[in-house]
Amino acid sequence: MSDLLTVENLGKHFIVSGGLFGNFLGSARRVIRAVDGVSFSIAHGETLGLVGESGCGKSTVGRAILRLLDPTFGKVSLDGRDISHISRRALRPLRQNLQVVFQDPFASLNPRRTVGQSVAEPIKNYGLAKDAELRKAVERLFMRVGLRKDQIDRYPHEFSGGQRQRVGIARALGTKPNLIVLDEPVSALDVSVQAQVINLLVDLQQEFGLAYLFIAHDLAVVEHISARVAVMYLGKIVEIADKRRLFANPKHPYTKALLSAVPSPDPDHKKNRIILQGDMPSPSNPPSGCRFRTRCPIAKPICAEEEPELKAHGKHQFAACHFAAD
Amino acid sequence: MTAANTVSNVVPQRSAFHIWRRHPNLTVGTAMLLIAIFAAIAAPWLGTIDPQLIAPFNRLQTPDSQFWFGGDLIGRDVYSRTIYGARVSLAVGLGVAICGISLGLVVGLLSGFVSWVDSVLMRVMDGLMAIPSILLAVALISLTGASLKNVIIAISIAEVPRVARLVRSVVLSLKERPYVEAAITSGTPFVSILLRHILPNTLAPLLVQGTYIFASAVLIEAILSFIGAGTPPTTPSWGNIIAEGRSVFSIAPHIVLFPGIALSFTVLGVNLLGDGLRDAYDPRFVSRA
Repeated sequence: MSDLLTVENLGKHFIVSGGLFGNFLGSARRVIRAVDGVSFSIAHGETLGLVGESGCGKSTVGRAILRLLDPTFGKVSLDGRDISHISRRALRPLRQNLQVVFQDPFASLNPRRTVGQSVAEPIKNYGLAKDAELRKAVERLFMRVGLRKDQIDRYPHEFSGGQRQRVGIARALGTKPNLIVLDEPVSALDVSVQAQVINLLVDLQQEFGLAYLFIAHDLAVVEHISARVAVMYLGKIVEIADKRRLFANPKHPYTKALLSAVPSPDPDHKKNRIILQGDMPSPSNPPSGCRFRTRCPIAKPICAEEEPELKAHGKHQFAACHFAAD
Repeated sequence: MTAANTVSNVVPQRSAFHIWRRHPNLTVGTAMLLIAIFAAIAAPWLGTIDPQLIAPFNRLQTPDSQFWFGGDLIGRDVYSRTIYGARVSLAVGLGVAICGISLGLVVGLLSGFVSWVDSVLMRVMDGLMAIPSILLAVALISLTGASLKNVIIAISIAEVPRVARLVRSVVLSLKERPYVEAAITSGTPFVSILLRHILPNTLAPLLVQGTYIFASAVLIEAILSFIGAGTPPTTPSWGNIIAEGRSVFSIAPHIVLFPGIALSFTVLGVNLLGDGLRDAYDPRFVSRA
């Protein structure tokens, strides 16, 4: 099966200037390496989970793919077409295949427009339906995501968080995309509502053959929905593997630490919880060699000198650690 | 009484009462501004006489049944002058609000969207803001000469940076909102994003700012007139009247008192209107009934 989305060596650096006086004082121009060489691909109808702690650059990856940010280097291709180096005008027709659902369901809807208008906007933009037909299309989308027809003319503030997220999903479905970037779509919701929304996403994927890039900081959520999982740390992917392999036999110490933090429903199940010391280093000044070494329980001198490559460890499993094979 | 009758009788009363209940500031502020506007328009029919008529017999006349607000230094009727003065104040307030907001909106939108324009325009605005607005207006008027038009232009220029900064900050924060980003990924053209998602959401803060500018312009005009840099002394304006009455304040306080009350009344009304508009325009307060 050909890949729907390919991301090759994607990077996004932000330049923070020291301001007028900082330039004179020499404190100027720090480069924040938010994303520093990330590669992965997503097949048609597949879900890739992208996990990592806050500030690791996972949302920046999503935004660079959507071209809400221009990548500093690297290439993003959708259906074999480079979408990272074409003009925004040329990109517009291609956006139809690439939609997004954001984390904050309230901020992602214009408070002055009815939810129906918000859902209709992308359909109208691409001339997919008009007037009565448009209304029908919006009604169908509303029913499909579990909302009622009579809620179309209401405003976002009249809905609960879960309902608003359903509106956001309906909007993303309107253009019949191939790929939806889900940027922490359930992080802002209650646990009970999270499950409903995730089940809805799974159903929609089967019905429409959608591919998802599911960005999350919660492995338990990712485990339910993803076929493959990529783990990010400080702007790089440290491990990417099939879900089962990753959860059963993680290779990278960071993945192991993350997995040990996932709560287990079995009270008799005793786990060796790996607790990482300290905070993630600043992406403006990453450690030499392996970026994880400052917090790694198994770090050795070589880790400070050589940056480990992302290497295959068994079929469909890649990890960037000098000791992944041990 | 039939049911239909009852409904048609009850509904309008209820809705008027509801507006008053929901937005008391808006109602009171609008009423006060309407009174001021009415006075300005209907000045000749409100029992006034020629505001320029000099009647030496009435010099420093205390208020009585004939001269409601008394007479000034050279015997002109303070009541007539105060009522006619509303024309100048409201014209300046409205003119400045419209000019200042239109200019500021253009500057602010440009700065918010085009980053190289931003650094140039905002430094100019910083420069303008560094000069106190009254000084700036005085300087501009001394360059061009005192007339109503020049007063409006001078105060407008002094107010532009405030509006531009406000619009720019709103645009910058709206640009990052997920719903604007969702519109981008939905393929909405730039102009539609501007008109549909950015402008409507800047209106509420702009309206509030507009009323503030209105009030501030009325005050600055009065100050300019008071120090003799505003409307020509032949035109009755509240600032002129207060300036002329200042020297005799201890023996004839009414000359300063009545235009002062008119000024406070108008400014308070406009500010209340601004607060009310802010509340009313917030979609969370919009009733679906």
